[in-house]
Order: sequence, then C-alpha cells, then structure tokens
Amino acid sequence: MSFVGLSPEEERTMLARIGVERFEDLLEAVPAELRQRQPLPVAGPLSEIEQRRQFGAWSRMNHADRAVSFMGGGIYDHYIPAAVNALAMRSEFATAYTPYQPEVAQGTLTAIFEFQSMIAELAGMEVANASLYDGATATVEAALLARHHTGRARVLASASLHPHTLEVLRTYLGAERVAVIAAPEGVSDAAALERALAPDVACVIYAQPSFFGLVERPDALHRAAHAAGALAIAACDPIALVVLEPPGAQNADGSAGADIVVGEGQSLGNAPTLGGPALGFFACRQALVRRMPGRLAAETVDRHGRRGFVLTLQTREQHIRREKATSNICTNQGLLALRATIHMGLLGREGMREVAELCIQKTHHAARLAAAIPGYALAYPGPFVREFALDCPVEAARVIAAARADGILPGVDLGQFRPEWKRRLLVAVTEQRSAAEIERWAAVLKRAGGKA
Amino acid sequence: MKLERRLLIEQGGPGHRGPRLPACDVPALPLAELLPGARLRGTLAFPQVSEPEVVRHFIELSAMNHHIDRGFYPLGSCTMKHNPKINDELAALPGFALDHPLAGEQASQGSLRVIRELERALLAITGFAAITTQPAAGAQGEMTALLMIRAHHRGRGEGERRTRVIVPDSAHGTNPASVNLVGYEAVTIPSAEQATVDLEALGHALGPDTAAVMLTVPNTLGLFEPRILEVTKLAHEAGAQVYMDGANMNALVGLVRPADLGFDCMHLNLHKTFSTPHGGGGPGAGPVAVAAHLEPFLPAPVLREVDGTLHLDCDRPQSIGRVHGYHGNFGILVRALAYILGLGPAGLTAVSRTAILNANYLMRRLKDSYELPHDAACMHEFVLSGRGLRRYGVRTLDVAKRLLDFGVHAPTVYFPLIVEEALMIEPTETETLDRLEHFAAAMERIAVEAAENPQLLRDAPHSTPSSRLDEGRAARELKLRWGRPAAGRETPAPEPARR
Repeated sequence: MSFVGLSPEEERTMLARIGVERFEDLLEAVPAELRQRQPLPVAGPLSEIEQRRQFGAWSRMNHADRAVSFMGGGIYDHYIPAAVNALAMRSEFATAYTPYQPEVAQGTLTAIFEFQSMIAELAGMEVANASLYDGATATVEAALLARHHTGRARVLASASLHPHTLEVLRTYLGAERVAVIAAPEGVSDAAALERALAPDVACVIYAQPSFFGLVERPDALHRAAHAAGALAIAACDPIALVVLEPPGAQNADGSAGADIVVGEGQSLGNAPTLGGPALGFFACRQALVRRMPGRLAAETVDRHGRRGFVLTLQTREQHIRREKATSNICTNQGLLALRATIHMGLLGREGMREVAELCIQKTHHAARLAAAIPGYALAYPGPFVREFALDCPVEAARVIAAARADGILPGVDLGQFRPEWKRRLLVAVTEQRSAAEIERWAAVLKRAGGKA
Repeated sequence: MKLERRLLIEQGGPGHRGPRLPACDVPALPLAELLPGARLRGTLAFPQVSEPEVVRHFIELSAMNHHIDRGFYPLGSCTMKHNPKINDELAALPGFALDHPLAGEQASQGSLRVIRELERALLAITGFAAITTQPAAGAQGEMTALLMIRAHHRGRGEGERRTRVIVPDSAHGTNPASVNLVGYEAVTIPSAEQATVDLEALGHALGPDTAAVMLTVPNTLGLFEPRILEVTKLAHEAGAQVYMDGANMNALVGLVRPADLGFDCMHLNLHKTFSTPHGGGGPGAGPVAVAAHLEPFLPAPVLREVDGTLHLDCDRPQSIGRVHGYHGNFGILVRALAYILGLGPAGLTAVSRTAILNANYLMRRLKDSYELPHDAACMHEFVLSGRGLRRYGVRTLDVAKRLLDFGVHAPTVYFPLIVEEALMIEPTETETLDRLEHFAAAMERIAVEAAENPQLLRDAPHSTPSSRLDEGRAARELKLRWGRPAAGRETPAPEPARR
C-alpha cells in the first residue's frame, strides 16, 4: 500500500513505542459490536492505468467534449487562457488550506485581496468578499444580510432571476417568505415590484442581465426599494458588467444604486464541470461590511513594516461567533477565485472588454440569423447581452436531438423549467464561437424547424 | 537588490496586455445600437500587464504559501492529507470539464454515472440508506440535514414545538451557526470529564421541544464516544433526530459505520476524508447521507436509475428543495470517487488505521513536553494544552508561529474551546515516521526555547516570507481592496424606515 506513510515494519515499531501489542488495542473506546468485521463493499483498488481507463470511459459517455456549445443559463463556454491552468494547478495554491497562518499563506491572501479588488471594481462596489459557493447561494446570502440589516422577514424576487436561484431562495428562506414577481417581458416588472413593496420587505432582488439575457434598467427598482426602506440586490453576470454600468454605481439621477451585487463567476476562467464547483461572488457597500458573509482579506503590515495581508473581521464568522455568526459559511471557493483572479489579471482591461464585445457581437449575429429562419422568433423584444431566448416552431428537445448528429449543443431547453416554455431555447454565444460555427448552428435550426 | 513585491495593479500600464483574442469575424455594430437604452460603463480599472509578468506575479505569490505537497500540515479537524495527482487529471478530462449542467440527462450520462458510483461507495462506507451530493461544503451539508430534520418533524405534526437543537460545547462553530440559519435555537451542553457527552446534561436538555442533537464522532478532542449507543437511544426516546458531523470521518472509514451508531443522518467532507485538494480554502463538497425515513426529504433532484439509464428525478413532493444552483461540486465528486476506487476496500481501511496510529504515536511522543488534558488512546487527532508555558509569558499562538520556522504548518490553535491554550494536532495517514519525528523534535525544542528564550517565540516567525502580521491594524483600517474608491461613491446604506 503506497498511499499511507508507514511500512509494516514501522507500524510494529510505533505500536511497541506506544506500548500496545496490536493496533486494535488503540480502539478500546469503540465498543466491539460496533467495529466493522467485513471489508467495505466498494470496488478497487485500481491502478492509475485502470482509473484512467474507467473514468475515461465515463467521461466519453457525456456529449460535451464532442459538441460545439451554445449553452448558457449561468454556465458558459468561455476560453480559458493556458496560463490560468498552468498557474492555478500548482501545488502551492491547490494543496494549501485556508490561510489561518498568514505568515506562510501570503500567496493565497494576496490573491484573495486582488480578487476582492477586481470583483468590487466590476460590481461598482466598495468591497467584495473572498467568494461563496455559487451564484444561487450568493443570492441567498445577500437576502439573509438584507433581513438582518432591516429586521424584516420577506424578500421580493423578480421572476427574471435564474429559476434555480429562486428555488434555492425558497429552500433557505421558506417559500412563504419569497414573493416572486412575474416578469412578462423577460425583465423585472418595476411597477409590479413597487406595488408589492410592503413594510415587511427586506429587499428587492433582480438579475442583470435577466435569465433570458435581457438588459435590466434598474434605476427605478433601486429608488423604489430605497424609498420603502428595503435593500436593492442585483444578481449579475460578470461578463455583462464589463460593458454595462455596474449596479453599485449611482443611478442616472445621482441617487443610490444597488446595495449588494452578487453573481455566478464561472465565466471568469473556470470550466463548466456540470455547474460545480462554481464561483459565487459577493460585493456590497462598506457600510454593510460587518454583516457580510464569508471570508475577507485585508491589507496590513508585518513587524518589519512590510505590506502583507490577513483574514479580517473574523468575529463575523462561525468559528468565533458560533450561533451569532452572520452566516454558517466556512469555506470559500478559493481555487476558483484564484483562477478568476489570474484570468481577469491576464486578460486585463483590454482583454476583458474584447471578450465581452465579441460575445455581444456574435450573440446578436446569431439572433439575426435565427430570426430570419421561418418559424423562429426572439421570445422578447428588449436588448440582450450574450444570450437570448428563441421561440422555435417545434419542441426545443427536437432541435437538440437534430443538432446532436452535427455535434452541436444548440442551447438550453427551457421546457425543463416550465412546460409552457417547451418550444423555447436559451442560446448563448461566447467569444469562442466562430462565424462558421454560428452558420452551422443556424443551418441546424432551419433543418429541425422544417420538420414541423 | 530584490524588486519589492507589488500587486498586479501596481505593475505594467497602458500598452501592456495579456493574450490576444481573435478579430471579430461577424458583422459588428456599435454597442449603443445593439443595446439601446442601456447605460454603458466607462473604463474598467483593471490591470494592464503582459503575460510573462502575470505569470511571474503568481509564481512569486505561490512561493509564499505553505502547502501539503511541501511539508507537514497537522491542522486538527482539517485532515490535510496527500491529494493524489491522478484525481486532478481525471476531473479535468474534457468530457467532465466541459459538461454543461443544463444539457439534459442524455448528454450527461457519464457524469451522472460518476455521481451514482460515488453515492454507492459513500453509502457502503457510512451504512446509510440514501444520500445527496448537492451540498457544496460541510456547513451547507449541516444546513441541508437540519432542513430535512425539520421536514421530518413537520410531517409528524411536531414541527411547531420542536425548535431546539442540542450541541455540545466541543462542537465545530458551524454546528450552532447552521442551527441558527434554519431558524432553530442552539442549546449548548457542557462536556463530561473526559470531554465526551455528559449523559446527565443531555438528559436534562432533551425534551419535547428538541428537534435534533448534533454530535461529532470522533469528537473534536479526537476521542470516540464510548457510550454512543446510549446517547443516540436517549435522544430518540425524546423524539429527537441525531445528526453526525462527519468532519472527522478519516478515523472511521472501514472501521465503523456511522449508521450503526444510531445516527439518522450525517455529512461528509470530501475535501477532508476523501483527499480532494483544499485549494486555499475551497472548493469542498459536503454530501449528506440519511436513514430511510429521511429519504423523501432529500434535496431535488434525486438520481434514479431505470434500465441502466440515469434520471434526475424532480418529482419529489416532500423534498426540501434545491440547495445549489446546479448539481453540487461535481469536479470534487470525481476526485473523491477516484480516491475511493484507487484505494479499494483494504486501502481505505489502511488509511484510517494509519491515521489513528500516527496520531497516537505523536501524542505519546509529546505528552511529556506539553500537557495532555485527556490521557486516553485517541483516534485520528489529539489535543494538547500549551497552558504550562504561560509561566514563561508564552502563549499557544507563539508556539504556532515558531513552528513555522521549522518548515511545518502549525496545528489548529485555540480550538476546541473547552481546552485552554489548545493545540489540536491531526497528522493523517500521509506522514512517515521521519516526518513525525521531525515534528516532535521541533515541538520539544520549542518547549525548551519557551523556558530559555521566550522572546524568540514571541517574535516568531523569523524565517517566513512575512514576519508576524498586525491583525488589529487590518481590522481597524479595513483596507479590503486596492486603490481608493472614487470620491462621492461611498454612499451610506439605506436605513430601514422607522415605524
């Protein structure tokens, strides 16, 4: 057995030095009837060669790596520069623990500080934390913060949020405390949200862009929430934030924008991987920082006056405050946040902008091609970023089945969320898609639609 | 002369950039035309640095980290074991890495098969009837299980009255925090002499309002509860559910099945027991295994197999709902299954045996240099107290900082709370006898230094990339990002309307 650190001879030596005869003597506290006598009924051991064969076979049962992806809905097929993988998979980052001893964790802590800086900049916010599990749970944590801050119980959520985010909100808060306000145009209905605001509402939550890729114009939402004493929370796509005015910025009339900006950061240098591990991000106003969930890195100095970074405000956290903590969060998504930091640092000011603009141009090109095919139409009229909902002349499942032979994943079947959407595809086009691939995609739509 | 360490934003500048992107090969229109009515942002104040300098920056950062591939990492309750490299490669196979969570069952049969096989293995290891792999971390697993427990009580018409959860004072902080998160009230009970559950205190605390009892096995002192069957029986007689915090499962794999101890449910930390890399603080994964009576409440969707095809079953009327945006931390699940299959039945048991042997060996080695508050055979970890060094003006924190000078990471300190000046040490099965001896020698030498030259410890560490950092200043100044927010941007958060 090469995995454990001891040879049988060393084991005997150690048992002798401990002063017991057999290993079982160390288990005296475990009642004999509770000890396992049979070997575990699990397969293995497999050598690396056998593991590679077995997992390789399983991985090839998925369609993903043989298909050109137009998939979105929160998880996207963006390019990951080679340097991201090369740097992030280094043992120094991957096999370190939470930076509890900052003197030997300056690598991790500095990277977290840089992550916080860039996320805060993207969000137009004063502060950001070291990351949370995913976009859905980051939205939940924002709602919980709003409840603590306002002392109010209910939250208003726009139906234009990701359906799974709405589900996770209901799981955590209880369905009776989450009022979902219909979004007939695919974006938040500001008037309906304003009417639903009541003295027991802690926050208004909307998506930027909406689940259907549409651009929100959130100024009215921010003003209405604030007038009612509620917080405004935006669940955002980071690529859209590269070009759109961030929700944390002031409204056009100079009034306050959103109070908390959260989102799913998979697009920033992380592979889709069936949607997990993902990367929740969380940014807010400095005034809310003491209620913030999760880890925070801060700048300080060491004994020699040299700059360094530490985890701070740990009195918010569960390992100090126990039941009075702001959240039960213990981990962050450290390695994914590191990948995002390298990704954003590498692409930088120009590269990030180019990625976002390529996505927008290609998505609009694809939408124009699709809308010209008989039977297809955009589901919503509003402006969109790198994703759009497409109404098909046949069930979306048929389009997907037809596309398989061409090696194309043509979009997300929205019928999985609501039966009335079963003819609707959610189509995302990233900077990776070439004009030729988009042409092939349009040809598949045409063929599948023609069988109606 | 060395260049001063600089942040990315302090490097490069206009004219510097990283990798190029392809030119736009579709007809392009001005953004203002494509996004009518949208407010567009001005400059994004991101770094402008060339690829070689970005690479050097992160390599420079990496060199400042301690990590398990470099050396000993005896953080108690964190299970810093070797992370087999093959597991990372398998998780990165394109078929897994590119799999999209909304592509549908048919497109993801391979991923679902991995989850299925992992479910089977974890059920075999824990002895439970059903499992969810959706929770993204142990703390989320705790919350998931507590929601299922509440659904169970509600189903029996006892949801209203059962509102309290009993947690021993030795528990991890996430336990009471999770209790609070789901709206229950945490009731802390003191531990008995040997840091095990005080049956009398438990009996007093249990009542018709008890929803659950949360226990860590082995407990945070590394001790197995010898009367665990009495504990779970007592709780069940009061109508409570019993939850096991599985953070310390590395002591039990192949030796004891938690379901046999009378527990109703538990979480596992795949990033501890099952070797997935900690990544500087995550990602982890916290599957929750349950007894049959809790199965209807599992988060949706639940994996179901029909004629060899795997389905995501969302038709679960009693489910507590989703706890993750997609299917949990799948990339971590791949690694955990690879670990299990790589070791096989005998290998898995050998891991727990070796972890226990290493901990007991170190405990014997160190009990004369430091105080051992609970002198009994331990499981995978043990707790020493540094209170004897106080007479030299030395705290446990100083011992921890001095250890860094010996190229090993410090143990977990000041936890569990029930031991003064605690040093919680978990060597794991990874360590060789040489490494254990080196650590013991360092600890012994530090105990001598405490008496002879206490200032050396108070000033430690001396050989690390940074010397001791001023945490107080960090909290006072709260500089949480580079640069300064532009003037006028610091608007106060709105206050709730006064009623």
